[in-house]
Amino acid sequence: MTDPILKIENVSKRFTRMPGLAERLVGKITGGGKPVVVHALTDVSLNVDRGEVLGIVGESGCGKSTLGRVVTGIYAPSDGRVTLNGKPVAREHGGNIDKLTTQVQMIHQDPFASLNPRMKVGETLAEGPRYHNIIPAGEVRARIRALLEKVGLEGAYADRLPHQFSGGQRQRVAIARALAMEPEVLVLDEAVASLDVSIQAQVLNLFMDLRRDLGLTALFISHDLSVVRHVCDRVAIMYLGRLVELAPADQLYADPKHPYTSALFASVPTIGTGKRVFEAIKGEIPSPINPPSGCAFHPRCPLAGPRCKVDVPRLTDAGAARTVACHLNDGGVGLREVAA
Amino acid sequence: MTDTLTPDSKIIAVPSAPPAETRAMRLRNFWSDYRQSWVAIAALIVILALLLGSFFAPFWVPQDPYDLAKLDWLDAFLPPGTEGTGGYAHLLGTDNAGRDMLSAIFYGLRTSFVIGISAGALALAVGITIGLTAAYFGGRIEALLMRIVDLQLSMPAILLALVMVAVLGQGIPQIIFALVVAQYAYFARTTHGAASVERRKDYIEAARSTPLPTWRIMFKHLLPNVLPPLIVVATVQVASAISLEATLSFLGVGLPLTEPSLGTLISNGFKYIHAGRYWLSIYPGIFLMITVVAINLVGDQVRNVLDPRNSR
Repeated sequence: MTDPILKIENVSKRFTRMPGLAERLVGKITGGGKPVVVHALTDVSLNVDRGEVLGIVGESGCGKSTLGRVVTGIYAPSDGRVTLNGKPVAREHGGNIDKLTTQVQMIHQDPFASLNPRMKVGETLAEGPRYHNIIPAGEVRARIRALLEKVGLEGAYADRLPHQFSGGQRQRVAIARALAMEPEVLVLDEAVASLDVSIQAQVLNLFMDLRRDLGLTALFISHDLSVVRHVCDRVAIMYLGRLVELAPADQLYADPKHPYTSALFASVPTIGTGKRVFEAIKGEIPSPINPPSGCAFHPRCPLAGPRCKVDVPRLTDAGAARTVACHLNDGGVGLREVAA
Repeated sequence: MTDTLTPDSKIIAVPSAPPAETRAMRLRNFWSDYRQSWVAIAALIVILALLLGSFFAPFWVPQDPYDLAKLDWLDAFLPPGTEGTGGYAHLLGTDNAGRDMLSAIFYGLRTSFVIGISAGALALAVGITIGLTAAYFGGRIEALLMRIVDLQLSMPAILLALVMVAVLGQGIPQIIFALVVAQYAYFARTTHGAASVERRKDYIEAARSTPLPTWRIMFKHLLPNVLPPLIVVATVQVASAISLEATLSFLGVGLPLTEPSLGTLISNGFKYIHAGRYWLSIYPGIFLMITVVAINLVGDQVRNVLDPRNSR
């Protein structure tokens, strides 16, 4: 196996909200008014190989978008680090974050919010490469036109404003903006979720074509299991800020090891399998402010035993390049197996 | 790949107008909305006339009120329409020094415009910088800057301007500085409000993840998207700067009578108003009122046109 291009090592991200002055005063009497900490990511480690598309899947609020932003260098991790070819993607100083690399680019979910409404599309595309001298000054115009054509738009569209485009076209522009920086890694944060299904397919096909032509490495964040299966080589399942299962896509879909993964698959409606009932996962996703003890999934898990309330499961080897964080794969769920 | 794309480009209509026209088209739309109100048209014409009239005053008014050698004591207190020693009729009368009121008013108006517009523009620049900085960085910087702005907005602007002029002394630059200090807070508050909303949108995050430098994101991405409400505030604040300056001059801390602004003229004439010499105060007062009201009317209509809820 080649050396991984992107390394996510033991990354945690906590968001802290300090109480205001009034809250602190009231808190003196009532005993409240303490800082609220949200554990968005807890100890996530992942390696992404060159040319690989890694899917990140989970329910809303499981930290998958936070992970994307840490990888892109928009958030600084609270613990751990993210490196691209051995170099950190961002540096924190005095509470501010400094993105160091242009090699990780992001594509956002909502193409109606991710393009500056008062900037011509060509200017939006040219700004980054021009500032970072990625394209020689004399070639910018020609390269922008070529890029627009590569994502299936006309080169002449460079003079138009975003409001003159449809959602699908805007998402193509967003992809072109990311590609203009000639990145090594793309982070797609629910990049097709807000598009119509027919447009989704077009944009996904475009992404697959580009991936084949340019050898892109990508983090594909999504809650849509069928899209992920179509696009990704490996899939990481996240629950409440933790990685619970990581496996090659075909194996994961054929044989999910973690009860949460199975539950996710069971909740997907499908056509043509004759399945008429699909099971929603019991209960609500717990609050990341106050996560459950032991395995975070135990209150909703049909297979949970006494050990699950006490021990936090570690990622363990589950054969054939798979890992899973479940006590069922690590001895058992009874109290006897509780680690000393 | 081309196959999958054809339906997209065919079904979804892209406006067929040549792209270069978009800005001109927006301007034309703006104008066609603006002219819906004849009051606003009249106000705009009045402002343009006053601007042209005052800036070209040396070429058409009968007298240079700054040139003391041209003033004649024999002409003092001539009522409107009387012919003086200069051999021409003083349409709006003369003051205690024999100054032609019409000339003095247009020279004064020029001073008022210069002060109002430059104070407005400077306050806009300062307010934008503070508002954008607060909205972009958030946290402690935001709290500090916006609390200062709040503190200032809770005090009457005229009080602050009075204190500033008392400290700095008289003169046009001093007055402009005092007005900027008194008025930047309105721009800072408006900018901050609009920018806090825009700040959270994905296109700002996209610019940060490119990455682009902070100043560039603030002024090239954030600023153009908060500009419309600022245009409205700017118009109104110019009018307010003009009347603030008139107030300062009326109170005697503004400009001296040797380089009169409208406020100085009103203040000067005020002494004689009970002696029946009404024209010394009333005419500059009327011009001040017309100017301020006209600017406010234009500002109102601009707000109406830019308000998306009123779009036809």
